Formats: sequence, structure tokens, C-alpha cells
Amino acid sequence: MLESLYKYAAPQNFYQLSRRLTPWLAGAAALLLLAGLAGALWFAPPDYQQGESFRIIYVHVPSAWMSLFVYVVLAAAGITGLVWKVKVADALARASAPIGAAFTFLALATGSLWGKPMWGAWWVWDARLTSELILLFLYVGYIALQGAIEDRRMAARAGAVLAVIGLINIPIIHYSVEWWSTLHQGPTVTRFDAPAIHISMLIPLLIMALGFKLYYAANVLVRMRCELLEAERNSAWVRQLGS
Amino acid sequence: MSVASAFMAVLRRDLLLGLRHRVEIINPLVFYILIASLFPFAVGSDRSTLGIIGPAVIWVCALLAATLSLDRIFHADFEDGSLEQLFLARQPLVLLTSAKVLAHWLLCGLPLIPAALALNALYQLPVTSLWPMLTTLLLGTPVFSLTGAALAALTVGLRGGGVLLALLILPLYIPVLIFAVGAVGNAMNGLSIAGELYFLAALLVLALTLMPLAAAAALRIRLG
Amino acid sequence: MNSLGEFLHMGGYGLYVWGAYGLSAAILIWNAIVPTQREKSLLRELAARSNGRSGP
Repeated sequence: MLESLYKYAAPQNFYQLSRRLTPWLAGAAALLLLAGLAGALWFAPPDYQQGESFRIIYVHVPSAWMSLFVYVVLAAAGITGLVWKVKVADALARASAPIGAAFTFLALATGSLWGKPMWGAWWVWDARLTSELILLFLYVGYIALQGAIEDRRMAARAGAVLAVIGLINIPIIHYSVEWWSTLHQGPTVTRFDAPAIHISMLIPLLIMALGFKLYYAANVLVRMRCELLEAERNSAWVRQLGS
Repeated sequence: MSVASAFMAVLRRDLLLGLRHRVEIINPLVFYILIASLFPFAVGSDRSTLGIIGPAVIWVCALLAATLSLDRIFHADFEDGSLEQLFLARQPLVLLTSAKVLAHWLLCGLPLIPAALALNALYQLPVTSLWPMLTTLLLGTPVFSLTGAALAALTVGLRGGGVLLALLILPLYIPVLIFAVGAVGNAMNGLSIAGELYFLAALLVLALTLMPLAAAAALRIRLG
Repeated sequence: MNSLGEFLHMGGYGLYVWGAYGLSAAILIWNAIVPTQREKSLLRELAARSNGRSGP
């Protein structure tokens, strides 16, 4: 186990492994997403309070879960790269940022699309949406920092420190926003939450969530390969790929 | 040189340099008062409106002024190479960085408090908001300097570093803003502010323990 | 649900539900295409580099 971990921490071995894994992960993700889509749009019964609009939850909740999950992966990969100087971990952190930002944006946009008919407004300063917005700022900051530092090694290390600071701050921000919104929000506003959920509603949600996770895995592998090709462009194994 | 005297030496040097370049200290302060006095022109000078937005405006502007002054913690020292010397010193970098942060807070954070009291009068806020405004600023501005120092160290010497720094730091200031303005609002409504003050104190302790380490790590990375 | 029309209508929430799913599909697909194309062009560049000149 540990031995294979060492083996695939080497960029060239990882590159080959990831080429073999990607089609399987992408295929499984596509199947799960299609199955989840059928369940979400067709088989799940409409919610008795929210009607058909509740179906938005099937894309909103997995995106919101992933937005946080990807940030944790990013920070963990950053630390791994910083402490053990693993190039593959640096690539993982850097490749995760745009996907995480996309998931965060998606969670915000679908939340807004759900809010319009439910709250009567495109945006309500709901605790969860607000935290999601701040998370998007954190992602944008990370990406901006990566863009500003030209030396890749230094960018990865600086990004790791930033991600750790962000990770410590996420729960603080989340709870302070929650505190703030309970002070300012009228009690009539329905919370944007999965309703007391029936099993026929839950299964599509879990399938979608798993589909999103595999989608991220497949996508991050492709992005990591690009990162490694660019970072290692002058090393022997990358030259061999060309010939 | 002992660790304590090295700390004092860095502190003294930064304070002297700051007092010599007084404009750099005064400008964020003028910016603070200027921005805060723009709002009455935009929303009108009606006393009840000013009473509602006052604490929020005073705090948001303090946050912006603090952000504006962050650049000076490391920038000049990076340019003239004295940051490199700090890095090569035998004393732990965390401690020397802490001295710089303390100097920054004394020069740029502390003056915001009397300015905020002046703004309190400008916004015709009741006397009951004076004390919480003072305490929250006293607890909040060091958090700004500490967190800001870590991110200023990350972005030191980068092209367009100023805007980038603001982009990175402002989301992290949100909890301080929430609890501070919450406390002032509570006090104006005659409610207890102990909860908010405890939260601010907890944030300060957390920043005090973690951020000097982060700043030192960031400097090590940026100086290679 | 009996008809396609009803399915598309989504109990009056059609615009929002289909908007959310359409946007999600667009972002997920675009997000998958961009790095795939980038890898291809990187590999092409590599091949061109090693064909253009042998050795460093």
C-alpha cells in the first residue's frame, strides 16, 4: 500500500495511472449523473410544499457539498505539497481550484433560481447562500494568487498557506454568518433545505452526489495531467511522451 | 542579541521609520474619515437614517482603511532588502514578524480608534455606542493587522499586489465585522454586548496564536 | 405526469427547474471540455517540439 503510494507520487507514474483511470471514472460519472437525472426529474415525487421547484435541490445540494469538499481537498493537497514536497499534490491543489469555483458558482446560481419562485427574489441573504458566496471569494482569491506568482513551485507553496488560512476561517465565517442571519432574518422565510425527505426523494440525491464526486475525480485527473505536463515540460519523461 | 532585545529592536526600528514617514500613517486615516463622511451626502443627513447606518459605515470604513495600510508592513523592507536581513537573523522569524505586526498595529490600527470616536459624533450617534465602538475596535483592529500581515507576506513584491491583497483579505474580515457591528447595534438598543465581545476576543486570541506563524511561513516561501 | 407538455411545464416552475438543470449541464460539460482540449494541445505541442529538433 505505502509502496504504491510512493510509486504514484512520482509524476511520470501518476501520469500513466491517471490516463488509465480517467475513462472509467468519466464513464461511471456519466452513468450515475444520467441515472440521477432520471430520478430527479421523473421518478421523485413533487414536494408537497414546494411542488416541482424542489427538483432544483438535486443539482444545488450536490454542488454545495462538492464546493466545500473540493476546498478541503485543495487545502489537504496544499499541506501535503508544502510539507512532503510532493509535486503531484501541488498539481492536485492547483487543478482543484477551478472545479471547486465552478461547483460554488453552480450552487449559488441554482440557489438563486430556486429562490426566485420560493422567496420572490433572486437573492436573499440566507446564511447558507451567503457562506457559499464567501467561499466563492476564497476560491477566486486562490486562483488570483496562483495567477500572480509566476514561479510554479512558489505559487503552490504560497497557495497552500492561503488555503490553510482559508480552511481555518471557513467554519468561523460559516457560524458568524449563521449568527448574523438569525438576527436579521424574519422567521417567515423558509430555509433553503432539503425537506424532511422521503426515501424516493433521497435516492436520486445520493446518486447525483456520487455522480458529482466521480465527475470531480475524472475532471481533476485531466487537469492534473495538464499541470504536470506544464510544470515538468523540460524533464525526460515529458520529452519521451512527445516522441 | 537576546530574543527579547531583538524583538524590541525590530519594534523600535519600525516605529521610528513609521514616524519618519508620517504621511503613510496619516493618509489611511484621512481616507478613513473622508470615505465615512461621503455617506451622508449619498443618503441624506437625516438623523434616524444616520443612526441606522452609522455603526456599519464606521466599521466598514475602518476595515477598508486597515486594508489600505497593510501593504506597508513588508513592502518597503522587501524593496530595500532589509526583509532579507530579518530572514537571515539568528532569532526566530516568527518573533521578528510579530514585532513588525505590533508596530503596524500601533501605527495604523490604534489611530483608527480616536478617528472612529470623531466619526461617532459626525454621525450623531448616542453616547451609548461610544464605549462598544471603542472596545470592538480595540479587539478588532489587531485581528486586521495580524491576519493582514500573513496575507501581505504572501503577496509581497507581486505585481498588482495591492488589489490582490484586498481581494484575499476582505472575506476573512467578515466575522470581525459581524460581531463588532452587532455589538454596537445591541448597545444602541440597550441590549447586552458580552456575547459579541467574547467572540471578538476569541478571534483575537486565535489570530494571535496562528497568524504570526502563517506570516513567518509565508515570508519564508516568498523569500525563497 | 401524463404528457411531455406537463413534464416541461414542471407545475409552473419550468423556467426555474430547466434553467437550473440547463445551467448545470452547460457548466459541467464546458468544464470537462476545456482541460481535455488543453491536454490535447499540450501533447501536440510536445510532439512538434520533439520532431522539430532532436535533443534539447
